[in-house]
Amino acid sequence: MADISANFLGIKSPNPFWLASAPPTDKKINVLRAFEAGWGGVVWKTLGSQVKNVSSRYSAVNYNGSRVMGFNNIELISDRPLDTNLREIEECIKLFPDRAMIVSLMADNTRESWHELIKKVEDTGAHGVELNFGCPHGMTERGMGAAVGQDPEIARMVVEWVMEKAAIPVITKLTPNVHSVVPTGIAAVEGGSNALSLINTIQSVTGIDLDTFVPNPYVAGKSVFGGYCGPAVKPIALKFLATISQDETTRKVPVSGIGGISTWKDAVEFMLLGASNVQVCTAAMKHGFRIVEDLCEGLNNWMDEKGFATINDFIGKSVPTLTHWEDLDINYHHVAKIDQDKCIHCGLCYIACEDTSHQSISLAYGKPYNTYAIKEEECVGCNLCQLICPVENCITMEVQRKGEEYLNWKDFQRLGMALNDH
Amino acid sequence: MILNNRLSAEEYEANFSDIHPPFDKKEAALVEANRCLFCYDAPCIKQCPTSINIPKFIKQITTDNIKGSAHTIFDSNIFGGGCSRVCPVEKLCEGSCVYNLMHEDPIPIAKLQRYSTEKAIKEKWQLFNRKPSTGRRVAIIGAGPAGLSCAHGLSREGIDVTVFEKEAKGGGLMTYGIAAYKVTPEFCQDEVDFVTSLGGIKIEYNKELGKNISLGELKVQYDAVFLGIGVGLARQLEIPGEDLEGVVDAIEFIYNLRSKTFNQIPVGDKVVVIGLGMTAIDAATQAKRLGAKEVTIVYRRTQEEMPCTQVELDIAMLDGCTIKWLAAPKEVIGEEGKVTALVCSVMELGIADTSGRRAPADTGKTFTLEVDMIIKAAGQTPFKQLVDQNDLQNAGGKLVVKNNATNIDSVFAGGDCVNGGKEVVDAVQAGKDGAKAILEYLAMADSEVKMMNEIEPSAFNSFQNPVPNL
Repeated sequence: MADISANFLGIKSPNPFWLASAPPTDKKINVLRAFEAGWGGVVWKTLGSQVKNVSSRYSAVNYNGSRVMGFNNIELISDRPLDTNLREIEECIKLFPDRAMIVSLMADNTRESWHELIKKVEDTGAHGVELNFGCPHGMTERGMGAAVGQDPEIARMVVEWVMEKAAIPVITKLTPNVHSVVPTGIAAVEGGSNALSLINTIQSVTGIDLDTFVPNPYVAGKSVFGGYCGPAVKPIALKFLATISQDETTRKVPVSGIGGISTWKDAVEFMLLGASNVQVCTAAMKHGFRIVEDLCEGLNNWMDEKGFATINDFIGKSVPTLTHWEDLDINYHHVAKIDQDKCIHCGLCYIACEDTSHQSISLAYGKPYNTYAIKEEECVGCNLCQLICPVENCITMEVQRKGEEYLNWKDFQRLGMALNDH
Repeated sequence: MILNNRLSAEEYEANFSDIHPPFDKKEAALVEANRCLFCYDAPCIKQCPTSINIPKFIKQITTDNIKGSAHTIFDSNIFGGGCSRVCPVEKLCEGSCVYNLMHEDPIPIAKLQRYSTEKAIKEKWQLFNRKPSTGRRVAIIGAGPAGLSCAHGLSREGIDVTVFEKEAKGGGLMTYGIAAYKVTPEFCQDEVDFVTSLGGIKIEYNKELGKNISLGELKVQYDAVFLGIGVGLARQLEIPGEDLEGVVDAIEFIYNLRSKTFNQIPVGDKVVVIGLGMTAIDAATQAKRLGAKEVTIVYRRTQEEMPCTQVELDIAMLDGCTIKWLAAPKEVIGEEGKVTALVCSVMELGIADTSGRRAPADTGKTFTLEVDMIIKAAGQTPFKQLVDQNDLQNAGGKLVVKNNATNIDSVFAGGDCVNGGKEVVDAVQAGKDGAKAILEYLAMADSEVKMMNEIEPSAFNSFQNPVPNL
């Protein structure tokens, strides 16, 4: 059995799965249920200035019958009294001393407010704090949340205020509502932040009610931009994470990966791109805390299979494989191949290629089943047919290199090689 | 003993309730609709005689465009509602669904088709607009699937259609010849109303060709005539004892069952059904459901050659019917004029006959079944006498047509009366084809008239038509 325990800035947890700062970590009852279910840690829902939440708060994007492919919320930070939250945090730590307890913070924009809040949180025995520079709705109108994260200089200043006071590790959570997360990431690290976490939610409008004409979520005839999360945002999160893992300043600190993680596979992908642990929210909101069981078991089995003894053995392993386009090997070429024994004659590969790609699949009429085959000389190896084929391993990509040697675009130009003639 | 009123009202209701219940919730329909792969040049379309764009109508269910979905179905098959209930989809659309090739359940196309069409019929959606009347008039004989499909196709193009129907209700075999657990009389009526709601279609009931209407008169009164008269005579066994009391034909048995209340239909204790086509299954299962104690189906070939589908056979087996394979009726025995037994010859399969199936041959051995009712379902024969009387070219009673045109000018035909008896969906397509043929015929007639009208003045006026001067 592999060791899946995690050590993030000295904060230990039996597994690398934390619940992200969100409604599931808003109260003692939720957090105790999460710990009982087996979660390694929680980031307590953001504490800070007093707010009031509205109804409704969530909306979702469904896809082809699958519900909550994407999830959106307009909930603000915790609307419970600060003292209640602090007391409950303390109680949870005492009941589950082996789990990580991080507290998310978003104080008013003054040094004093931050110092006062940090003092109170540290008194609970919490293991660390996470600075919420990412909330994209509501709080931004008061100059907080993403409004801080979107401006590296403000972020640096707030991190510096925090570091003046904090005795426990500080994680800065980054907003994806920027062209690049790297500038704020650098500012936070230079400001002294011990770690980064990303991504927070992405500003969104998930949909509009075609009867009322009001976007959702609906609040008395109006709506606001919300924060998008769930499986739909995972690819965006992975990209932002990769940029943090590639930058020479930000890669020096541990990163907690967030953004649409639903399965152990998702978690492994984040860790392969440099996350030291991961945070989960939407998947738990959709299925309950019990999903942590398979997160742990799946990770464990995969690590055993790959021969990884600890999670540190694979964290960041995929980062070096992300390169610049101009360094890609132009001589690499593969073409699609259809396994006629597996083909079910649905024609999806054909019509996709014929209408939208390179007319590289032939159709031989049959009643009722047509036969489809690849025209190898036309195939550019784009993968489209393989991606849409509903049968596992029916379409495979066969490597047919154009040349033995590695050849990149720069060399290609330098050698004056011929472009495509179509 | 042959008795009616064998069961309680509740038992009748349970026995004749919908055998393929519809989706009870939108969510359930969506699960299946979303499984559809949306195949290109889909096998299911090719296997549908009416070529319904199945992937499209299913996709439209998933996009909450039920009206569009219903339009897609009805545009190809105006009996799309009824077909969703009675089609042997296991050998048509669903039988070719690509999921079968993955050894997974096919998409329940019929059930999804029912989902969209049922809503359209219930809500009385007007999915088609009739073109303004052209003043052309067509008579159709038979308000079954072929006739009404033809009527709908013609009326959409502005033809005024009168349908003559010998029965008191429309729908043809849908209404009178199919098991009650597949379609209810109410549904059949709603479907006929749905078809005629387009406008331009008048149905005159209780009008029968050769009795109170004649082809000659119709030819004079209308621009064209379409015959959708179906088949309807039970094939006789031509064995001794066939005329004994208790020997009935399946068509009549089902006709009665569909036109009266269930408790009015008498059925024996020990019933034998002869034949193994769809009608035989419908007769056997319904005899059992009416309260017969034993139902035995006698078929002269084996399961390999049976004309019904496995799904249909399973219905009969699950209803508790017994099948005697390789058995052919030889003689009906009776006492006091009533059936008491059926003597059957034991058959064996020889070489292939003209149908391509191995022909059964008598082994000389026999066995006897004690019975009190025999239902003959050994096929149906066309109205040979009727078509002969009207000088319609036919082959053994089946009308001979070319592009749906008979040998008589302006008289067209399609459906069972041409093909000898196929599925409802085949009749619907024949009606569509007939409408197309009639429209082409009328267009040609129109253009001839137009040419006549144009040639005369232009012949005297070179300004209007300078071509002749060149």
